[in-house]
Amino acid sequence: MTPPISVTGLTRRYRGHLALDNVTFDAQDGVITGLLGRNGAGKTTLMKIITGQEFASAGDVRVFGTNPVENDAVLRRMVFVREDQIYPDFKVGHLLRTASRFYPDWSDELADTLLADFDLPAGRPVKKLSRGMRSAVGIIIGLAARAELTLFDEPYAGLDAVARQVFYDRLLADYAAYPRTVLLSTHLIDETAGLLERVLVMDKGHVVLDAMADDLRGVATRVSGPALAVDEFTAGHPVWDSRRMGSQASVVVVGHLAEPDRAPAMAGRLTLEPLSLQELVVHAAGRPGPDAQMMRTSA
Amino acid sequence: MREMAGLDEGTPLFAQIAGRLAEEIADGGLAEGERVPSSNEMAAYYRINPATAAKGISMLADEGLLEKRRGIGMFVAVGARQRLLEQRRKQFTERHIEPMITEASRLGIDADELTELIRKSSSIEEGVTL
Repeated sequence: MTPPISVTGLTRRYRGHLALDNVTFDAQDGVITGLLGRNGAGKTTLMKIITGQEFASAGDVRVFGTNPVENDAVLRRMVFVREDQIYPDFKVGHLLRTASRFYPDWSDELADTLLADFDLPAGRPVKKLSRGMRSAVGIIIGLAARAELTLFDEPYAGLDAVARQVFYDRLLADYAAYPRTVLLSTHLIDETAGLLERVLVMDKGHVVLDAMADDLRGVATRVSGPALAVDEFTAGHPVWDSRRMGSQASVVVVGHLAEPDRAPAMAGRLTLEPLSLQELVVHAAGRPGPDAQMMRTSA
Repeated sequence: MREMAGLDEGTPLFAQIAGRLAEEIADGGLAEGERVPSSNEMAAYYRINPATAAKGISMLADEGLLEKRRGIGMFVAVGARQRLLEQRRKQFTERHIEPMITEASRLGIDADELTELIRKSSSIEEGVTL
């Protein structure tokens, strides 16, 4: 089957700066993928090229098997909600009605539910909305479109924690009822970790990690306690990070620790804590190359 | 971890889902023959991806602890509780006795003293008799 997004050797150059450097990946149909990485890693550029809003300097992008640029048939099958989306100066209700005409699978019912969830006044001009309210409008369009391919680029600027939770809950519920392919770029890894089935981590224009989220959990462990015992326990394991204070040490080892491997930790009064997705991504984005590679192979 | 109804971020979520369900079955919260919540229900409750929840459920189904009834959903298999309790019993030594002995020997508590301590605490804790 043709993947909804297929990117090969994608490069985007701005005056002497490589925003994307030879990026290759396929999105999996019906999967929620998190696009993670630091500011300037190339996430937004990648999403703009996928949605035909920007051109590649080199390489190839296929969306549903064809080139998305100025391709109406493809563009109607996807929705892209940007962080700094600019809308025509309509009233909220008018804007939603306009959007509804563009997307064949649009749900008025869902749009109305979300309007109420976010407490948005349908009669207010978009120009008069607060930043958070404008983000809510984007989220409503992104979800109510029920597009086969849904892209969110940091869609929650100005939204408080409660409103973000509404977004996550509605996304999950509607995705469960109407499965679709979702690409969500986000900094809020802790908050979104449970939603993501796959993660794509970018750094400086490269994809440094591409893995199923659940394969990453437990792939690295922080071992802390008396330095001697820590050293003995971690000997022979690939080590990522090592910190010492007096006779105490804290070392991050990569690789799954099976139950029998853990037994000596108990005897040596060591604490074992698995690294969270957030910590793993920080590691992967901070040090591309061999480390991220190691994480992938040990996953 | 935030908002995931008690799941932690460091262990594969599907394994945690399977573990939670297994515990519920072992404790009798989910009786044999009872319907198990669907993957979508679990996704909404735990705030996780439905595919992840489905993977946790199918892990228990592969072990024969759950059975699928076409078009209705997943149900707790007959004998599931018994099997889970036997499993736990096997793990009891490894998980609870061994660490206790290690710590006891560190503190210089010998076997007799340890036995005595266990007897005392169990008589304090209501309903537990050894």
